[in-house]
Amino acid sequence: MNRLVALLARETALAWGRGGGPMVAVAFYAGVATFLPLAIGPEPTRLAAIAPGAAWVALALASLLSLERLFERDYEDGALDQLVLSPAPLELTCLIKCLGQWMANGAPLALAAPVAAIGLGADPASAPLTLACALLGGLAFAFLGGIGAALSLGARRGGLLTAVIVLPLFVPPIIFGGGALDAFAAGLPWTGGFALLGAYALATVAVGPIAMAAACRNALS
Amino acid sequence: MIRTLTIEDAALRRGGRLLFEGVSLTLQAGQACALTGPNGSGKTSLLRAVAGLVRLEGGAIGFGDVDPHDARGGGLHFVTHADGLKPARTAAEELAFWSRWCGGSEATAQAAAEALELVPLLRLEVRRLSAGQRRRLTMARLLAAPRGLWLLDEPLSPLDARWRETFGSLMRRHLAEGGLILAAVHDPLPIPTLSLELPA
Repeated sequence: MNRLVALLARETALAWGRGGGPMVAVAFYAGVATFLPLAIGPEPTRLAAIAPGAAWVALALASLLSLERLFERDYEDGALDQLVLSPAPLELTCLIKCLGQWMANGAPLALAAPVAAIGLGADPASAPLTLACALLGGLAFAFLGGIGAALSLGARRGGLLTAVIVLPLFVPPIIFGGGALDAFAAGLPWTGGFALLGAYALATVAVGPIAMAAACRNALS
Repeated sequence: MIRTLTIEDAALRRGGRLLFEGVSLTLQAGQACALTGPNGSGKTSLLRAVAGLVRLEGGAIGFGDVDPHDARGGGLHFVTHADGLKPARTAAEELAFWSRWCGGSEATAQAAAEALELVPLLRLEVRRLSAGQRRRLTMARLLAAPRGLWLLDEPLSPLDARWRETFGSLMRRHLAEGGLILAAVHDPLPIPTLSLELPA
């Protein structure tokens, strides 16, 4: 247990610095959110209609940024060997790594999500739901991204490959989260979409580490 | 604790090429073995196979009465030039993490740092350390968390004469405490060893 706490602290610290850290992801997110009114036109009615969905899609893209190096660096510098040679099951180690990624990148992005949505003209009353969706969605994005990052270990341009692998897996959380936000904006019941988003996020937490550990073992041997 | 290492008739294939076959070795508590052979003969691969990181093409590796899963999950140390140290973290952070990860405590990490004269270096980022200093930081794991079997890949290469001697005495102490050492080397180790030569 002791060693897993130490690993979580280390992974969070490393994720904070990886690929420029959360500030770069948040800046990218802000940039994409700023493009939308420039491309679609600044009329508030039109923007307000797409604001929650647009903020949600931009979040998914921004969360891809730092995933590339999640396993790659440990694989290259030998840390992955040492992480495997431990009484801690590799699945648990992978889970901790993704949790660190989520705490250092997913959480700051989630905090930026309501700001972006309101900036685009979404109803401020939707901010708590946007934050909750972004936190849960970010959890799913981190664990799905971990699968992609582990599968693309050893590949040239692994980051691009990671994105191509995980984008299809991002579809369900995009639909559930976007659906919940749209329903809330329209005054319809939104708990269904939100619950499905939560279920999907928890499923990725449960299943993702098994896939990541298998992919890591395969890459090492 | 691992008391025996047996390699029976091992064969290993990497990237479609047969590196070696028919390699056997028995190592008992207190014994060290120098693994030699030209570049590319599979020394590192054999160490990785003992560590369970790569699978043998044929043959078997056993750890006496210790279950292989337990032996590899906390029964052995594997030290290579790929040391897993992150350049942007300080030596102190890396030492503290890796000793905890290997099952050591703060006290044992501190003792290891003192034994390897790392204390003045602990505040530096890993990127500022020389190759020899990095290797000493890696070797601190060996002392911070005692494990029976040491798998060493070119353990002496970045070390100067004085540290080669010091590391020799650390290895002697490990063997005297009933440990085992399997080391891939080009230069002879400063301790009495069995030897296993892989063919070209």
